[in-house]
Amino acid sequence: MRQILAILIGVALAAGSAMPAAANHEIVIGLQCDRTGATQTVGVNLCPGYHDYIRLVNAKGGVDGHKIRAVEIDHEYKVPQGMEAYERHKKEGAVVIGVYGTPHIYAMTQKLTEDRIPGTSPGFGSAAAADGQRYPYIFPIAATYWSQGAAAVDFTKKQLGGSLKGKKIAYLFFDNPAGREPIPVIEDLSAKEGFQLKTFAVPPPGVEMGAQVLDIAQRYHADFVIAHLFGRSPSVSIKELKRVGYPLRKVVSFVWGSAEADIEAAGGWSVAEGYNVMQFAGVGTDYPVLNEIREMYKKEGKEAPKEMASTVYYNRGVLIAALHVEAIRNAVKGKPDGKITGEDVKKGFEQINNFTLGGLVPPLKITATDHEGGGLVQIWQVKGGKFEKQTDWFHAYGDVVAKHVKDAAKK
Amino acid sequence: MIHRECGVLKTTYEADMALYPLPIAKWTVAALAVFFFVVLPLSVHEYYLSVVNLCSIAIIGALGLNILVGYTGQISVGHGAFMSVGAYTAANFAVRLGAPWPVNLLAGGLMAAAVGAVVGMPSLRIKGLYLAIATLAGQLIIEWTINHVTFISGGVQASIEVPRPEIFGYRIASQVQMYFFLLVFVVLALVGTMNLMRSRIGRAFIAIRDHDIAAELIGINIFRYKLLAFAVSSFYAGVAGVLYTYYLGVANYEQFQINVSIDYLAMIIIGGLGSVQGSVFGAIFVTLLPIVIRYAMEAFGGLFFSEASVLNIIPNLRLILFGALIIVFLVVEPEGLNRLWRNIRSYFRVWPFAY
Repeated sequence: MRQILAILIGVALAAGSAMPAAANHEIVIGLQCDRTGATQTVGVNLCPGYHDYIRLVNAKGGVDGHKIRAVEIDHEYKVPQGMEAYERHKKEGAVVIGVYGTPHIYAMTQKLTEDRIPGTSPGFGSAAAADGQRYPYIFPIAATYWSQGAAAVDFTKKQLGGSLKGKKIAYLFFDNPAGREPIPVIEDLSAKEGFQLKTFAVPPPGVEMGAQVLDIAQRYHADFVIAHLFGRSPSVSIKELKRVGYPLRKVVSFVWGSAEADIEAAGGWSVAEGYNVMQFAGVGTDYPVLNEIREMYKKEGKEAPKEMASTVYYNRGVLIAALHVEAIRNAVKGKPDGKITGEDVKKGFEQINNFTLGGLVPPLKITATDHEGGGLVQIWQVKGGKFEKQTDWFHAYGDVVAKHVKDAAKK
Repeated sequence: MIHRECGVLKTTYEADMALYPLPIAKWTVAALAVFFFVVLPLSVHEYYLSVVNLCSIAIIGALGLNILVGYTGQISVGHGAFMSVGAYTAANFAVRLGAPWPVNLLAGGLMAAAVGAVVGMPSLRIKGLYLAIATLAGQLIIEWTINHVTFISGGVQASIEVPRPEIFGYRIASQVQMYFFLLVFVVLALVGTMNLMRSRIGRAFIAIRDHDIAAELIGINIFRYKLLAFAVSSFYAGVAGVLYTYYLGVANYEQFQINVSIDYLAMIIIGGLGSVQGSVFGAIFVTLLPIVIRYAMEAFGGLFFSEASVLNIIPNLRLILFGALIIVFLVVEPEGLNRLWRNIRSYFRVWPFAY
């Protein structure tokens, strides 16, 4: 008996010493998701995209040999749960946190800055965070609501023949802080371009907007509609606008009302024909990185996940993951042992330049002062059962947006 | 709390009314104090303290709501809004006047109390479900006002960043520091509520709950005490809102929406209406349950589902389990966790010689 025990211990010891000294350091990313809360249509497709890209990176050997572990926590779009998730991520040693939700990024701003962990808020949150001096650890890494508002006005201008003088534009928005955030920028542009602006608030939960839409179409006679809605409400807006006979090609939606799910919930692609949507990540399945993910699944003998069909949100998940990994890659360059900190990743983000992932990611240039990276968007249009690209990556009225960012930093 | 008593040997009213009716209670309280002030913060990781901090804020809010709903019998669905009144008052004081945190805390509490008393006015005429709807209107009006009046909300984003609280130049920022900061207020709120409830005011509240006409007949000024109940309850809510604002470093109205009011109602109903311990149990239960379920799912979910689907299943199952567990607890003991706790205690009081 004793002999057997001795042998066992010997074997265990040998196995222990035979293990290679840990040259590779596991890098942890925190990911906050909303697969159950108010905006769950986003989370259920975006988060799988995120994980698939991380898996792809790990399958290729990680970042310089260091594997990445993405810890996902669902917070139901509730702030206390989000704070708990943040602390959990911090405990796990996350070097970057993918925050989800405008109230959440507000709630975490001070913590992230004190703990020196970069947090990303792609396409939502506080537009003022584009200022990297004022908010050193917050990274919008995609067009903020201010840039989106400016882009929408620019697109409108092109659609209406190059001049907005005397035109009537309706701004249809979800009546919460995120919905109201772009208003000052659009108001400034209204003065600059000489168009008439009228705002139409949709009160939460945003499923009742018959009166507003009727007002836009038949009393105000808007020449163009800029819509900024969330959750269920974009699909309702499409339906209502269709019902009153307003041409959908004269509507452009911000980034959270622009996915396949919204079109399908509105009654299908034929209903939404002409509807213009803004995107901060490429749409469609035709990108090299997506092919690699499909390839990876094929090698494992599995079907590609069904979430991939919802390309708008899935691709955004891939974009967020890719930018996180790219920042980590830049950070690891300075510390090849992989023991990077949040500060290193912050600097890593600030070195991202012209990283496009075959067109899925806009050619961002993130610097220590500009955490938005240029605020680039594309406009796509519903045409014949799919989204069709209308514009290439563009950024409009940079001076107006920059002025607002500057003013906000003074506060 | 967790001690046993033997016989009723009180000979004076003072002894009967004492906060700690038995000498051993003092030891229990001392032991709990040592545990929470020394043992817990020294022994666990910061993360667990952050969870305790969320519980602390919930306890203060739940105590306030229990004074109104549990003790005075007036239902309110506007607790979250009163929290936001406190939060924004404190944030405006802090940012515009540069006032120190004790001033902001008090101002937030008092402002919430004032607004609460106004929202509570209908309680003089209407009761029960009707009052619930009236306070719901209060919640929505306050939400709308904060959302739209930029003087209060500080801009279209409706969020105001506040500086960290400082005590004699010592900045309270980390979770450990915040833990002690919040713990002091939890103790104050607990002692305050217990004392309030054994005072003349507390007895008046209970009399109104049990039968308001009878209460009026024995000389209780219903008008005064109902509004006082709303004011006290909202004061607690306001303080909880201010503490939450300091905890996050930002006042944001989206953190105090209608679902928060409902969460607080759930806390006191699950914990036990009309009991201080019940508020504590309920606040801890509602705050911890989702976290505990997630840990359990992470530990055992992999046994039943594939890795990719676990991520999708955890949050959904958590919601289902959360709902189911609340139903189970309410079916097992409709009077809440506090009653469950007392049942367990009285079982062990005679154990093993139960008859």
